[in-house]
Amino acid sequence: MTPNPASESVLFGKLSLAAIPLHEPILLATFAVVAIGGVAVLGALTYYRVWGWLWRDWLTSIDHKKIGIMYMILGVIMLLRGFSDAIMMRLQQAIAFGGSEGYLPPHHYDQIFTAHGVIMIFFVAMPFITGMMNYIVPLQIGARDVAFPFLNNFSFWMTTGGAVLVMMSLFVGEFAATGWLAYPPLSGIESSPTVGVDYYIWALQVAGVGTLLSGVNLIATIVKMRAPGMTMMRLPIFVWTALCSNILIVASFPVLTATLALLSADRYLGTAFFTNDFGGSAMMYVNLIWIWGHPEVYILILPAFGIFSEVTATYCGKRLFGYASMVYATVVITILSYLVWLHHFFTMGSGASVNSFFGITTMIISIPTGAKIFNWLFTMYRGRIRFELPMMWTVSFMVTFVIGGMTGVLLAVPPADFVLHNSLFLIAHFHNVIIGGVLFGLFAGIAYWFPKAFGFKLNTFWGTISFWCWTIGFYVAFMPLYVLGLMGVTRRLSKFDDPSLQIWFVIAALGAGLIAIGIASFLIQIYVSFRDREALTDTTGDPWDGRTLEWSTSSPPPAYNFAFTPVVHDLDAWHDMKKRGYVRPTDGFIPIHMPKNTGAGVVLAGISTLLGFALIWHIWWLAGLSFVALIATAIGHTFNYSRDFHIPASDVVMTENERTRLLGAGA
Amino acid sequence: MTAQAPASTVPADDGVNFYTREEHHPENGTLLGFWIYLMSDCLIFAVLFACYGVLGRSYAAGPSGADLFDLKLVALNTLFLLLSSITYGFAMLEMAKNRTATTLLWLGVTGFFGLCFLSVELYEFHHLIEEGATPQRSAFLSSFFTLVGTHGLHVTFGSIWLVTLMVQVARLGLTAENKRRLMCLSMFWHFLDVVWIGVFTFVYLMGTL
Repeated sequence: MTPNPASESVLFGKLSLAAIPLHEPILLATFAVVAIGGVAVLGALTYYRVWGWLWRDWLTSIDHKKIGIMYMILGVIMLLRGFSDAIMMRLQQAIAFGGSEGYLPPHHYDQIFTAHGVIMIFFVAMPFITGMMNYIVPLQIGARDVAFPFLNNFSFWMTTGGAVLVMMSLFVGEFAATGWLAYPPLSGIESSPTVGVDYYIWALQVAGVGTLLSGVNLIATIVKMRAPGMTMMRLPIFVWTALCSNILIVASFPVLTATLALLSADRYLGTAFFTNDFGGSAMMYVNLIWIWGHPEVYILILPAFGIFSEVTATYCGKRLFGYASMVYATVVITILSYLVWLHHFFTMGSGASVNSFFGITTMIISIPTGAKIFNWLFTMYRGRIRFELPMMWTVSFMVTFVIGGMTGVLLAVPPADFVLHNSLFLIAHFHNVIIGGVLFGLFAGIAYWFPKAFGFKLNTFWGTISFWCWTIGFYVAFMPLYVLGLMGVTRRLSKFDDPSLQIWFVIAALGAGLIAIGIASFLIQIYVSFRDREALTDTTGDPWDGRTLEWSTSSPPPAYNFAFTPVVHDLDAWHDMKKRGYVRPTDGFIPIHMPKNTGAGVVLAGISTLLGFALIWHIWWLAGLSFVALIATAIGHTFNYSRDFHIPASDVVMTENERTRLLGAGA
Repeated sequence: MTAQAPASTVPADDGVNFYTREEHHPENGTLLGFWIYLMSDCLIFAVLFACYGVLGRSYAAGPSGADLFDLKLVALNTLFLLLSSITYGFAMLEMAKNRTATTLLWLGVTGFFGLCFLSVELYEFHHLIEEGATPQRSAFLSSFFTLVGTHGLHVTFGSIWLVTLMVQVARLGLTAENKRRLMCLSMFWHFLDVVWIGVFTFVYLMGTL
């Protein structure tokens, strides 16, 4: 089944010293930087003796807030990796003209664009979105944690395990060179005999388990754990979008899991699902992967819409315009996202009727989306708008996203798509909606909720620089790609013959440079804010005059979130409480029932990652061993029945008294 | 849900309660969560069924279902699985009456039928591969083995889970936690039955037509 079984050893499978890319100077330099950075971090952790604290308070924590923050950190780290790939591509395409091959050999370049797509979607956007939902949803519904706190920790570590496998492919072996969706027959064993596609498959399978379980978890949380009085139509919009997003996760990730499993069967067992011979059908893979893939982009964008809704209502000092229509629009988008997958391959040749159906359903999606844009605009209309950072991101989003949406409608027209399919126009379109929608939303959300999570606001100066660099950088980087796409330039090319195209690629590279400054400013912003945290501190817990329940507790919230469970009477519960003279309780506290931390999630995910590694390299004994260990550990964990404890009333009193003191000092 | 005893709440200006002084116990979400998980699992089977639907007639000049399937054997197997669902139901009835010993007995019977099912399935697979009808032979056989095999894997995991739960019930009795776990496995087991009915109908019955 494998092309060259003779080269596999029993002990190490396909793995040998040749897998270390010593002949690639770029990779060696990267490895040196990562190794030095890694050693520095590990050394610092040891020097300051924080390993025990890190393990007890963070890695094994099942507090949804800490897990949320860890997801965000994972997202930032992987953003740096994914963006490095992006800037390498922009540089390559800007110089590979006039007979120049550029500085990246084609095989390396192919891995870079594959890794860029995979990392940005699975290990940047998904952790950011999941982290945001993890942190905010329980607070907004007045709950103390998610429905399954241990599962939450496990989900996070599975996502991290997938990220570890992708990073490992950089230095041990290689990554897929197939494009981010690994279409067969290119991703089949004959065309891709090396471990690249196997890294792709197992990284996504390991991370996919985490994503699916976190989806189940958040749905159960939202359905079952709302505070008394919080009916579905009193849910904050962010919670509604999170609910729909997680329904999409549960209803689409199994399709990805099954599809990748079938691809693995083709590669490992020699079955004939997607092969050219023995009756297989490669187009079935393309259909299946997009039945997951299209809902996936809505999984990312819906929570971003939720963030914009919260931000707009807060900074305009108004109730959101058209709450009910916002909810219905979200639900309609959720349903429609399953009826459009074929627009990713109109050129398959499914005929005019099928293409028209999917073209029309695609265009219909712009109606609920347009309704949302109008709702935000009408919320701003005659509002007292405060142009804090989150609001700036929101306005920039509205302009940028509308452009991206319109090019999307263009692509939804099948005849136009036949011209634009697989061109840079498409690349520009989806970066337009993913950056202008998801990423701007995440930055808005980070600036908005950062004081809630850490107790101090973010520095505005560096935030503003980051904002402008991202916004302008986006336009400079991607508008040229629209032009190039219209001129017929296809995606994923590593060199060009027509010198007249070069100027556009140079402009795009400059745009990527601006975005790089935007990312750097964001990191500086975090550092500067941490340095000046005394001056930026928020003692009220409600720095923006917020409207939803997360602002009713302290910043950062105590482990138990709310000393007493809130009772909700209206939409925008916290605004309602403030308006009607709510008095914060200062006595009568009772012990609070909470779940216990556990290391089982780290262990299980670690074994899963090892299993993935063994399968990638065909180290069968290790795969068998880690599989048995995985089952045994999981069963062992179910024999642990003491999973919760009570925070004593005295601790609650202490925490709440400290808050009373801070509130008094601030007033 | 908002009805509060006067002693335990603090009214604001206009007599509205904004928090509850009692410990708020949300309803247990485990069964809902497990149900959602089952639906996601159902989608995995949906994909495998869809693949079988697309590739089920791509014989690549190899054997077809009519050539291969032994309906009597499959009927016997179906009987084993359906019986195991009934006996699991008996176990749950005993659980409701808090009878540990008989609950364990019926769970044991369920496991026995599960193993019978798996043995027959393995025999069938072995027989097919002996005849040269391997998963590699054609897209039809790839999708057949994957669909039926995935179901078989689920039954295997269900059986391991069943044994684990039997040990836990034997050790700690029918506690609230163990009852909840038995409920989850019950849903899982019946779900596999429903999937098997689909497999039996679409793969075996329609395949031999």
